[in-house]
Amino acid sequence: MKIIGLFIVVLTGGFLIYAAADFPAWGDPNSPASLHVSPYYLETTVELTHVPNAVTSVVADYRGYDTMFETTVIFTAGVVCFFVLRALGRKGLREESQERLYRHVLTGVTVRVKAGGKIPESSDFQRIDVSWTPPDLIIKTICRLLVPFIQLFGLYVICFGHYSPGGGFQGGVILGASIIVYAISTDLRSAVQRFREKTDALLAATGVFIYAGTGALCLLLGFNFLDYHALAPILFVDRVMARSHGIFIVEVGVGIAVMSTMIWIYNVLASRGHYDEGL
Amino acid sequence: MEDIVQTVVAKYNYWIYITLMMLGLYAMIAKNNLIKKIVGMNIFQTAIILFYVSIGVKKNATIPIMQEVHGHAVNVAAYHNPLPHVLMLTAIVVGVATLGVALAFAIRIYNQYKTLEEDEILAQIRTREEQMGKI
Repeated sequence: MKIIGLFIVVLTGGFLIYAAADFPAWGDPNSPASLHVSPYYLETTVELTHVPNAVTSVVADYRGYDTMFETTVIFTAGVVCFFVLRALGRKGLREESQERLYRHVLTGVTVRVKAGGKIPESSDFQRIDVSWTPPDLIIKTICRLLVPFIQLFGLYVICFGHYSPGGGFQGGVILGASIIVYAISTDLRSAVQRFREKTDALLAATGVFIYAGTGALCLLLGFNFLDYHALAPILFVDRVMARSHGIFIVEVGVGIAVMSTMIWIYNVLASRGHYDEGL
Repeated sequence: MEDIVQTVVAKYNYWIYITLMMLGLYAMIAKNNLIKKIVGMNIFQTAIILFYVSIGVKKNATIPIMQEVHGHAVNVAAYHNPLPHVLMLTAIVVGVATLGVALAFAIRIYNQYKTLEEDEILAQIRTREEQMGKI
């Protein structure tokens, strides 16, 4: 297999190197990629959408369909992870997952509770992971202090995407990372307590719904799907500004969908479908 | 001779992306461990992202965010091409999502066969099929 693989790789690489000779040189302003639609985007972005950042206006407006289905792909990936590991994949794991470890906080004694067993009702017992290590004070404190700032930065990236590099995808990933940092620095259970699975799944669907709903609203108002012109009478602004606001609404939808899908995928993967013990 | 050197230097972005892409392709074909195959797939994706972003570059240009100029025609040559950035922006996040799906399947396979080595999985499937045939 290795020899066949090497042969295929060398052959494909050879063809690609041969083809690269015809490609435009690095940084050539007249390369074919920069000649057809891209000048149109750059010339009209401020005039038509009032968004100086051409990347944001192309993502959410000129190529809104593309982005809508990319968001759907991300949502679908989250749902697939959920079904593969959590909804359908728990049969083989049931036996090993029934044993639980508790730690008596005052004495530091670890108690192993077998399947069906119960511990006395007391707040002295703390559920711990199988691979439990005492929490490091520095890491825990720093992560807890950092989480709100990471989230603030994520919101900034989403909201300021019109005027600086940023937007729904980047901001959503940053927001998701803040929750994942919390899950890593403490444990999965306390992160899930703050951001439950049901909320997570509903938010992921809501994000996609906001995007598609904005498009459908334009359709109801008598324009094309995702043609934000149509929102002008609802938002009480002129048509160009309506496009800018339409892009913002859509970016918020993307941000919500990306954030919750990232957290969902992390939680399901890290706990191998249990939503119980994680990294 | 100088011509060749100049072409090689002028198109260095293509050499980098071809090298990375072939590394990823080789890992996907030849590696035995499923996680290594997934890593190879990610290297492949990254190579394509680098390729796209590099063809959007223009010399002496800046990021595609318009400066405040009202009433003037936009000088297109002064801004990078926004299109590759847009396509790759979504591709990066979708890449992470597909990585998640791939890892989820890897976990399922590990639960079933207790290994992630491809040849051991195939051997297990074969023995199972032979046993089924005997019955």
